[in-house]
Amino acid sequence: MENNPLHQQIATMRQSFLDEEILNDQFIQLESMATEDDPAFAEDTVSLYFQETTKIIATLEEEFVKDPIDYNALEKCLHDFKGLCVSIGASKVLIEVNKARACCDNGNIEGGKAALEKVKVEQETLKAKLDSYFQLVKQS
Amino acid sequence: MNLNNDKGSMSTASSSVTVSDQFPAGLRVLVVDDDPTCLRILEKMLGTCLYEVTKCNRAEIALDMLRTNKNGYDIVISDVHMPDMDGFKLLEQVGLEMDLPVIMMSADDSKQVVMKGVTHGACDYLIKPVRIEALKNIWQHVVRKRKNEWKDLEQSGSVEEGDRQPKPSEEADYSSSANEGNWRTSKRRKDEEEEMEERDDTSTLKKPRVVWSVELHQQFVSAVNQLGIDKAVPKKILELMNVPGLTRENVASHLQKYRLYLRRLSGVSPHQGNSFISSHSQEPPYGSLSSLSGLDFQTLAATGQIPAQSLATLQAAGLARSAAKPGLPMPLVDQRNIFSFDNQKLRFGEGQPQHMSSGKQMNLLHGIPTTMDSKQLVNLHHSAQSLGSLNMQASAHGNPSGQSSPLLMQMAQPQSRGQILTETSGGQVPRLPTSVGHPILSNGAAGAMLARNGIGENSRGTGYNSVSQTSSVLNFPLNHSAELPGNSFPLGSTPGISAGMSTLTTKGGFQEEINSDIKGSGGFMPSYDIFNDLQQHKPHNWELQNVGFAFDASQHSNSLQASVDVTPSVLVNQGYSSSPRNVQNSSVSAMGKPIFSVGEGSEHGNALNVGQHLNSLLVDNSTRVKSERVTDTSCQPTLLPQHFGQEDLMSAILKQQQDGLGPAENDFEFDGYSLDNIPV
Repeated sequence: MENNPLHQQIATMRQSFLDEEILNDQFIQLESMATEDDPAFAEDTVSLYFQETTKIIATLEEEFVKDPIDYNALEKCLHDFKGLCVSIGASKVLIEVNKARACCDNGNIEGGKAALEKVKVEQETLKAKLDSYFQLVKQS
Repeated sequence: MNLNNDKGSMSTASSSVTVSDQFPAGLRVLVVDDDPTCLRILEKMLGTCLYEVTKCNRAEIALDMLRTNKNGYDIVISDVHMPDMDGFKLLEQVGLEMDLPVIMMSADDSKQVVMKGVTHGACDYLIKPVRIEALKNIWQHVVRKRKNEWKDLEQSGSVEEGDRQPKPSEEADYSSSANEGNWRTSKRRKDEEEEMEERDDTSTLKKPRVVWSVELHQQFVSAVNQLGIDKAVPKKILELMNVPGLTRENVASHLQKYRLYLRRLSGVSPHQGNSFISSHSQEPPYGSLSSLSGLDFQTLAATGQIPAQSLATLQAAGLARSAAKPGLPMPLVDQRNIFSFDNQKLRFGEGQPQHMSSGKQMNLLHGIPTTMDSKQLVNLHHSAQSLGSLNMQASAHGNPSGQSSPLLMQMAQPQSRGQILTETSGGQVPRLPTSVGHPILSNGAAGAMLARNGIGENSRGTGYNSVSQTSSVLNFPLNHSAELPGNSFPLGSTPGISAGMSTLTTKGGFQEEINSDIKGSGGFMPSYDIFNDLQQHKPHNWELQNVGFAFDASQHSNSLQASVDVTPSVLVNQGYSSSPRNVQNSSVSAMGKPIFSVGEGSEHGNALNVGQHLNSLLVDNSTRVKSERVTDTSCQPTLLPQHFGQEDLMSAILKQQQDGLGPAENDFEFDGYSLDNIPV
């Protein structure tokens, strides 16, 4: 029963993610897909997510300072970002990504840049939380 | 279509749709997506469903895998947006080459994109994040597809009519996504199994493919029109056509495609389409219609496959959509004209020799019997003239083949009423005689259209080379657009182009819109360089680029010996997506495909937009202006013309058209200028 508090803690954390809408049901789905030979499926997928999104963020930052702006490239990046967010259920990040997309669609580069900053903030938050979450999971 | 009953099927039995006990376990799925998290998740989920999963993160690689291992997969799941190839293009290719069911997926759930999937022939469209529940049932698409194939086979004379009539599928609709094309699918698995066993004996498995030549298709359309689209049943059509060696099954499958095509065009049932055609008379919005339908028609015209009615419907649909007008009615009239294009063209040619550098070029449409109204003629003439002058200019660019002029002319013509090519009478598909090698349109649109037509005729790629030459022609300064009648209604053959053209010309503003729209669409519209020119006043490299596009489509059909009905759209699509600008297609020469410089996003924006509009019908959209990045690597005009049976192409085209119709409105910003603006 030593695990109970740990499990409890994990469950609470998970619930808080949902409550705060940092993550959504997709994340729960990911967790449910763990199998015996792949117990860390969710965590691996999340790592993959961060790997990919980090690259995208870097690309976006480059694109935003180009002259002239290549809207297609921006759109593509943001679309890919969106796909990644929905894959793991990163709902808050997705909201910011969508804002950035809207800005770019309207040609509002400054708005897009600002939105990107917010995206980065949400990403950091998410990363920090998930890192500690998975730490707990590993311990259990 | 692969009539092989044993398509790497899930069962080991010889009959195609027998399912093994474990089915659907072991279903072989190929997943294509550049997003690794998604690939991973899908792999996991599909594994849970006990499917055999193969992952792939590049469309080209996936195609290679499919080609080398023809029967190695049962179904393909592909993302829409991929860096190396547009998902819709992959969809078409797979459908054409391997005839496997393809499921599209995307994080994008906008209606247009979903519609695009439908019209391109996806058997389902999943929105990410994909749930496992959605994946559990994908096996149904495999079974359904096979069943349909069998059905086609069955619809031969050897089987009793009663047995084979496609029953409305009560069961058919358990697919989750819109499956427009599946009106004929009824899953009578049990019946099928029985039938299959019978069939094995009758060996309908490998029926020789019927090549639906232009003439044959015209006969078909006449027969259908005679009977009335609602009453047209394969048996009667077959009797009316009275073509030795043609089986009911051939007719049945062709009819299915034709119906799909009509539906796509107009978004209404085929029944209505006809009525529209007759009812409408020239309405201004041709511009938009023409643009939309232009391409489609072109292709159709080119292949000579599309009966006037279809074109009309298409146009109507296209126009309606583009114009955002309730439009069906309008376009119909035009559509009729589309087929009439031929006539007009002929007349045109005569009328304009002075304008054209080569009087003969007008003959592009010669081949196509058209019943243009006098008004149309006038319009055409008018447009032709304007075009003519434009052509002249374009020609001046050094386009050796005078043919380009005809193209221009063609484009000019359609205007106002769009009637141009519609053929009212029995199914003549305006084959817009692009007479062989008409230089179609350097102006992307025009070219595409004409090219298409030409292709249909030439079918044999002869024209394309010339097209390239003409490409310069199309460059005609858009400045002249003013001269061109706004009526952009594309004549049958060049519906797209004309439409594009006319619309462009009519409004100065238009062009701008177009430009903006086009950017990024890349795909099809290369032919629309014209638009670019307008804006930029510089001859564009339509040369072939644009042309290629149209041609591809038509080419494709040609290669099939013009048997393909509307493949052009399919081809077109492909051409576009792959070639971001200057798709110079090497294949062009081979197939005579005009290469549209689709790729050029913004540059061709204008052209593209227009083209898109036109193409929207056909192509679906890789060219969506914004969203699609026409980043395809190779323009691929070579869409395997030879592989696909006309049926495949037809469906593809139909799909495209459907697709094109739908999204057209939204995708293209220039919806606004649709028809309304075009002075009649």
